[in-house]
Amino acid sequence: MSRPNKGKVFSAVLIKDLRIELRSRVLTNQVLPFAGLVMIMFAFALDNDDVLQRVAGGLIWLATLFSSLIIIQRSFAVESADHALDSLRVAGIDLAGVFFGKAIALAIKLIVLDFVLIVTAMLLYRVDLTGPGLVLLVTCVLCSATGLGFVGTLYGGLTAGAKGRETLLPLLLLPVVAPVLIAATRATEAAFASGGAQTSEGWAWVGLLAIFAAVFGVGGSLAFGPLIDE
Amino acid sequence: MKDAGFIFGSYAATLGSILVFAWVTLRRAKKSSSQVSDSDKTWL
Amino acid sequence: MSRLINSKSATGTQATRVLGLLAIVVMLWVVVSGLVFTPQDVVQGESVRIMYVHVPSAWIAYLAFILTAVASASWLIGKKHSMGFDRFAGASAEVGVMFMAITLLTGSLWGRLTWGEFWQWDPRLTTTAFLFVTYLGYLAVRRLDGSAEQRARRSAIMALLAVLEIPLVHFSVVIWRSLHQGATVLNPSGDVKLDDLMLFTLFSGVVGFTLVFFWLVLHRQRTMLLVDVVNSRGLDAAIADRRAEAGN
Repeated sequence: MSRPNKGKVFSAVLIKDLRIELRSRVLTNQVLPFAGLVMIMFAFALDNDDVLQRVAGGLIWLATLFSSLIIIQRSFAVESADHALDSLRVAGIDLAGVFFGKAIALAIKLIVLDFVLIVTAMLLYRVDLTGPGLVLLVTCVLCSATGLGFVGTLYGGLTAGAKGRETLLPLLLLPVVAPVLIAATRATEAAFASGGAQTSEGWAWVGLLAIFAAVFGVGGSLAFGPLIDE
Repeated sequence: MKDAGFIFGSYAATLGSILVFAWVTLRRAKKSSSQVSDSDKTWL
Repeated sequence: MSRLINSKSATGTQATRVLGLLAIVVMLWVVVSGLVFTPQDVVQGESVRIMYVHVPSAWIAYLAFILTAVASASWLIGKKHSMGFDRFAGASAEVGVMFMAITLLTGSLWGRLTWGEFWQWDPRLTTTAFLFVTYLGYLAVRRLDGSAEQRARRSAIMALLAVLEIPLVHFSVVIWRSLHQGATVLNPSGDVKLDDLMLFTLFSGVVGFTLVFFWLVLHRQRTMLLVDVVNSRGLDAAIADRRAEAGN
């Protein structure tokens, strides 16, 4: 039997991760309610409609980052529980394919999460979205979810199975994703036109998000194999 | 000297951290050193 | 003080003792000259004295992280995967984190005196803070369970990922600040007129801190080797016990 190539590994891992999600419904039953709750808590804490409207972009991405920590840990808990990653490695599977499969599965979950967060923000914080703003926002979500998927898979794989991973993952991940927080927040503010921002201002930030995704896509696919190879 | 607290504080914090780091390192070295034979100490 | 250059220290050699003595002499000169001999600055006043420890600390902190990255890359590329590179990377990162903490602390004390604020969202400061947190993460990864080989591979990759991360953070903070020109950053450091003695003191600071850095790294690196040997001895002993058990 010949070894499956990178593309096959990629689609197999991607489909497997999404199927696990569809069957367990951790995202819909636990993470999305948590993220919605965070958005409501922000409103309690800030307690001012104008302020909420102004900072809606930042709150959406903060909620995304904190929820993503849970999703990443969940994504690797299913791998380390039965030593599934070890089996893949022993089988001599292409680990870059595994990396891209898990990263894109993670990105898809993050896109669903962001969709819910944006709708919540529009309802609760009364932000408006125009046609060009919507195009900007969709591109921004796609780019940052991909970038976060890459970085999350890389560091999630590193901390999977380690003692104290619940606390180690945020320490490693949050400094690295600071550029995503900055860029995605500015782009989202431009899309919502909060604080008089122009939609056109947001595209430069989307460019930064794309660079981030590209850098960690390449870096991650090179580093993931050696990192989990033990 | 004006703002002496800030200035002496900076110097004290800097030198203090260096001394503490050096002391902790040397103490740890001494502790493990007796259990290691000299042939493993590549610097000797 | 004499304890630090104690001839009985386990990781000391003739070379480290000479290095240590030189470091102490230069550092004493920096402290005396920085606090007493040098005049106050026209713009910054007395607070310029903090610069004699702040600037060299920052220089050492960045040097440490560059050396960590170089040593990590050497470990990964080298065919023999020499553990010396790994220990050097780890020792250099530990000392670097300490100097980064000193840099941030002395910098904010200086900032309080000159800007009136402990902190400014200036790209250089922000990147430095992120570098600090990133290397705290690096040290946490070094402490993860696993063999020495695993530790070396994981941490080498982490150090190289930091090389990817830091420019991205710096770049995004730079454009973030340039778009949001809020409070204009009062930056008197550009106007400083350093006289010869001030320049010489600053230069001695850089030399002295570099000597201290290498002294600390040498000792820390050797201590790591000692601890590794003790730990692996423990493992060998345990394996030998099991073998003996199985043999019976």
